[in-house]
Amino acid sequence: MLFLDQPIEFTRLAGSAFPVYTARAGFEEMNEFACAVREAGRRLVALWGGDEREARGIAVHAAFDLPEGLVCITLFCPDDAPFFPDFSGLFPAAGRMQRALRDMTGAKPQGGDVRPWLRHANWPDNYFPLRSSTPDERFEARNENYPFVRVGGDGVHEIAVGPIHAGIIEPGHFRFSVMGESVLRLEERLGWKHKGIERRFAGMSLAEGVRLAGRVSGDSTVAYACAYSQAAETVCSVDLPSRAAWLRALFLERERIANHLGDLGYLGNDVALSFGLMQFMRIKEDWLRLNARLFGHRFMMDCVVPGGVTADLDEAGVKEIAGQCQAAERDIHHLKHVYEEHAGLQDRFLTTGRITPELARQLGGVGIAGRASGQRWDLRSDHPVFPYDDLKPALAVELHGDVAARARIRFSEIDESLRLIRDVLRAMPPGEIRTAARSEPCKQGFGWIEGWRGDIFIALETGEDGKIRRCHPRDPSWQNWPLLEHAIIDNIVPDFPLINKSFNLSYAGVDL
Amino acid sequence: MTFTALFTQLFALFLAALLAPALTGWVNQCRAWLQNRSAPPLLMPYYTLHKLFHKEVLLAHNASSLFRAAPYIVFSCMALAAAIVPTLSTDLAFSPAADAIALVGLFSLARVFIALAGMDVGTAFGSLGARREMLIGFLAEPALLMVFFAASLISQSTSLSTIVETLGQREFTIYPSLAFSAVAFAMVALAETARIPVDNPATHLELTMIHEAMILEYSGRHLALIEWAGSLKLFTYFCLGIALFFPVGISLAGTPLSIAQAGFFMTLKLAAGGFLLALVETLSAKMRIFRAPEFLGTAFMLAVLAMLVRLLLETGP
Repeated sequence: MLFLDQPIEFTRLAGSAFPVYTARAGFEEMNEFACAVREAGRRLVALWGGDEREARGIAVHAAFDLPEGLVCITLFCPDDAPFFPDFSGLFPAAGRMQRALRDMTGAKPQGGDVRPWLRHANWPDNYFPLRSSTPDERFEARNENYPFVRVGGDGVHEIAVGPIHAGIIEPGHFRFSVMGESVLRLEERLGWKHKGIERRFAGMSLAEGVRLAGRVSGDSTVAYACAYSQAAETVCSVDLPSRAAWLRALFLERERIANHLGDLGYLGNDVALSFGLMQFMRIKEDWLRLNARLFGHRFMMDCVVPGGVTADLDEAGVKEIAGQCQAAERDIHHLKHVYEEHAGLQDRFLTTGRITPELARQLGGVGIAGRASGQRWDLRSDHPVFPYDDLKPALAVELHGDVAARARIRFSEIDESLRLIRDVLRAMPPGEIRTAARSEPCKQGFGWIEGWRGDIFIALETGEDGKIRRCHPRDPSWQNWPLLEHAIIDNIVPDFPLINKSFNLSYAGVDL
Repeated sequence: MTFTALFTQLFALFLAALLAPALTGWVNQCRAWLQNRSAPPLLMPYYTLHKLFHKEVLLAHNASSLFRAAPYIVFSCMALAAAIVPTLSTDLAFSPAADAIALVGLFSLARVFIALAGMDVGTAFGSLGARREMLIGFLAEPALLMVFFAASLISQSTSLSTIVETLGQREFTIYPSLAFSAVAFAMVALAETARIPVDNPATHLELTMIHEAMILEYSGRHLALIEWAGSLKLFTYFCLGIALFFPVGISLAGTPLSIAQAGFFMTLKLAAGGFLLALVETLSAKMRIFRAPEFLGTAFMLAVLAMLVRLLLETGP
């Protein structure tokens, strides 16, 4: 099959829940294809590498989102000159992906930013953790001298914030170049939570892998586990029981609502309206406790496994969820009214941290942050897998792209997710919730799920022993962190925490 | 200076230092209740002070003696300010020195030192906070002075004792000028004591802080003194507001009985005031820092209006 009139012959991956097309390509072909994707207004989903030097060289994979489905191109770079095309000019988010790829495998982008990203001078620059020949080694932690981009001019000074903050939040370093209170430039330095997840995946069995996948970014544990399981089910060639698919949708929507509730509360807290935080936290707490009671875990960790789900729902549980949805909906509408009518809060939200739709398109914003700036990406309607093709979720889109828009998106999505939950409860058929999934050697699978933050992507390959050879989890935060750098420009320093919270991106998910 | 005056003075100072943290605790309690939270104990600020006084002081390598001295200066300023405000009685040893302008000066002195200390270590946050504090300060001080002037127009003196005596002894009349000044004073007080909507005393977001950003580098007994001084400042502002605008029950005679009576009324008024502050803080969001000039500008205009009203309407026979 050909796409975008490019001379690359794709084959459809058998057994995938959503359409996936894979192909091998050369350096120039890959570059041309990426240009064609950009021109067609589509996007880069992920860019990752793997060590296949025994066979063909270092593999560089790029996955694109086309209307037909996910399109994955693999380039094998020779070991002595491991270069791949620089995509950062076409897709700004690719910049950090290719820097991480370089840190992990040693394959280099031809051009673009060459500073390390995941490597923080804690291991030598010729130590590539994802090469199979690399031994486990310990290195002493060292301070790095990272060359931040300097802003020149009279009266410009820098404020360095993090990775240790005054509150208990995830570690990230933010370098502001400011003039008075007004921010001229922000540069992020992440990677402080690098734990070697990708290397840890290698050698795990498929069943072990889902537990690790569910811990890449804890707030999206269901979405990660679902994406991983989709990929694993392709590898195992099993069909998901229908009831399990419905239950996964239920878990996903419950996770979405829980996170949106927390975010809305913290958005209030960041403008010192603790009332909002307390109220939203109360609803969220009830929500999580019901999760714990019905499914055994507050965040439904490990409830989704390859081949199905581990927690079922009985008649009484259905009633409880329906009752809770009703109570929560009433409270949330009340609070929405409070937020909308609060002049002080709206004054802080409106026009703060604006990303225009045009800018969001250029930078490739996805997920809730993207939809708040008019980017209509949502896997639940773009490439719906069962049961979302039946549920037909309505897309929430805003055009203003400010903090207020990102808050409104969350309110709308909560409403829509409540409706989906009700539909799921009504339509869920009885039956099996799990089938046996046995790993098959030397196979490939992909998982792609719309989590609460955006689309979560997982690429999975098994080795000859049927164990995981390579697993790459890609958080939507890769795409949206660059948006944050632009959102703060021309805003004032004290508005940064609010803007940051309105994006609420994952640190753990990108630090891997 | 009589013996009673000296005794009353010392008693008032002691009482202020002792009770100020309780007021902070009370405001925190009310805030928690208003937000449906279970409240921390009333004595929580004392526990915190106790903890901090027993902790080691960590100093930055490049901290100068100014950094070490600032907490003592700030605390002394606030203690003195608390002493010269006629809280229980107007018959105080410091009465002759208790001038409204001197009081504003004391607040500014403390502000200058804490701001210098914030910049002393050279971290980005210290100077960030100092810069913002000065922005708030230079707008709040004139407004506060105007409030005092409006009140002193009634008593024809800037001495706090005289002002309070005059206002306390008058027959019950409504002065429109005082109503305007009271609103202006409340706005200034919110800004000066670093409360919502101008600053958020409970925040952990270092980039949004004003007062907290300056004191981020302090620890141990230094931090304890600054926290205590913060409580004293809040207490002083409450007492000022009460003395100027609700002086009912204040002791003019200076006898032990009347002072006890005044103490009773004072506690009631402070409790009510603390609840009101918690209510305001719960209902409002923190404003963007560049709205603060508008906010304090409004306070200044109201205070000026109060003076005009006094001069134009209330000077008849």
